[in-house]
Amino acid sequence: MTLWQRFKPRTGNLRLWQVGVLLVFLGLWQLASRDVQLAFFLGEPIQVAGRVWSWFLPWAVAPNVLFPDGLSGNADIYRHLGTTLLETFLAFGIGTVLGLACGLWLALSPLASAILDPYIKAANAMPRVILAPIFAMWFGLGIWSKVALAVTLVFFIVFFNVYQGVREVSPVVLSNARMLGANQRQLLRTVYLPSATAWVFSSLHTSVGLAFVGAVVGEYLGSARGVGYLILQAEGTFDVNTVFAGIVVLTTFALLLDGLVGRIERRLMKWQPRQGETEKL
Amino acid sequence: MATDSPHALELLGITCTFAAPGGGPSYTAVADTTLRVAAGEFVSVVGPTGCGKSTLLNVGAGLLAPSAGEVRVFGEPLRGLNRRAGYMFQTEALLPWRSALDNVMLGLQYRGVPDAQARAQAQDWLARVGLAGFGDRYPHQLSGGMRKRTALAQTLALDPDIILMDEPFSALDIQTRQLMEDEVLELWAARKKAVLFITHDLDEAIAMSDRVVVLSAGPATRPMGEFSIDLPRPRNVAEVRATPRFIELHTQIWGVLREEVLKGYQQQLKKAA
Repeated sequence: MTLWQRFKPRTGNLRLWQVGVLLVFLGLWQLASRDVQLAFFLGEPIQVAGRVWSWFLPWAVAPNVLFPDGLSGNADIYRHLGTTLLETFLAFGIGTVLGLACGLWLALSPLASAILDPYIKAANAMPRVILAPIFAMWFGLGIWSKVALAVTLVFFIVFFNVYQGVREVSPVVLSNARMLGANQRQLLRTVYLPSATAWVFSSLHTSVGLAFVGAVVGEYLGSARGVGYLILQAEGTFDVNTVFAGIVVLTTFALLLDGLVGRIERRLMKWQPRQGETEKL
Repeated sequence: MATDSPHALELLGITCTFAAPGGGPSYTAVADTTLRVAAGEFVSVVGPTGCGKSTLLNVGAGLLAPSAGEVRVFGEPLRGLNRRAGYMFQTEALLPWRSALDNVMLGLQYRGVPDAQARAQAQDWLARVGLAGFGDRYPHQLSGGMRKRTALAQTLALDPDIILMDEPFSALDIQTRQLMEDEVLELWAARKKAVLFITHDLDEAIAMSDRVVVLSAGPATRPMGEFSIDLPRPRNVAEVRATPRFIELHTQIWGVLREEVLKGYQQQLKKAA
């Protein structure tokens, strides 16, 4: 057996190859950054890792081969990260509740929906990031201007999904519930809301991601704390390693949030058929 | 069930005309139809596809207001939904996000029955339709026949005085279907509710009913004939089909139905052309 046949990509060693791709990429990056001029623009992976170390861990590292200046153990990112995550969760919660309420209302009231239709289309078509300066004026530079920006992003995703979800309730299911004696409130609780929730969950990955984007972009446009703020500061001093470190942290947390959403979704949506699971009996 | 009227459900001179979308000529699905179901009677309605059988049933349920005519429930004119009727739909009507047990509980919960009591009653009904161990399954985890059983339990759990069934078993395979038919007959015999049963299957109609009503081909459907089914009860739907009286009745009714089915088919061809 030749060496290639042993390490040929297949399902068994997929993880190995995924890590391999990362290592090759980092290696090439590190190699390229040996040129000082390139390093100014590209940063240096080892320095990026060092930055992440000092952000998260309280232990200093003495000067050595990799870090001639040593590393300080500041552990000072938690305040910023906490702010960004708080903004994300607030925006996600408020946006979801508002979207759910408005979606239900408009879907169940054809008249209101017919009147407001062009305005909803316009509000959705508008590039909403441009609202950030207005929110900064209204809510100041604290967290609420970021929350407001992220809410506008989350709201429309949830709103359209709920609207769709209520509209697509099967008329037979609806008639059945009515024949079983449901009044309007009971219909809302047992038929419309669960149906809408299913649609909200299907958009949860997108809306949590957008809440995060809204929070970071808001911070980047003007703030006193948050990961977006750290990136803005670093950019101001041409500290490209810190910018990359900020990107790495944001990406990691976006992935973590996505995984969390996936778990919640699987738990709450177990009534939905998955591929290969239908007709199990 | 204190009532003076011998009829559980009366559809009197029902006409249903639908306005065509876009203002074209309106379509009369059902014209001047009178149909009575006595308390405790099992009546089947057969007719060619697309003849307005379901329309008639929806009128009886109060889901659809007729253009003309009157619906009486135990002698009282019907306003709004028919609260004394249970409706078993042709297609899937279970809530996919509720387990089988929770689906059967649904009507009881709507009526404000306390949860523990509703749960016990629902368990009971699930057992009666042969799904005792399947209460925690979601509809997508059940087979088609099991979903129908759940729907049956859901409808019967409210103990309605009138049961409306719209081709409830048309999507099932023939064996499951005969099992379900026997079970429905057994449940019906135990409680003697009025049943209005819609089907396009004449065998099924004769095997199950006290009376079979044949509808004409649409549009403007009206009853063409009524046949009293004097086969002895209790019946086994598979065995009763082999009896001479069944065959005699079948020939007799099919003689009327056949022409209507052909007419209905011709009309569909014309519509498609």
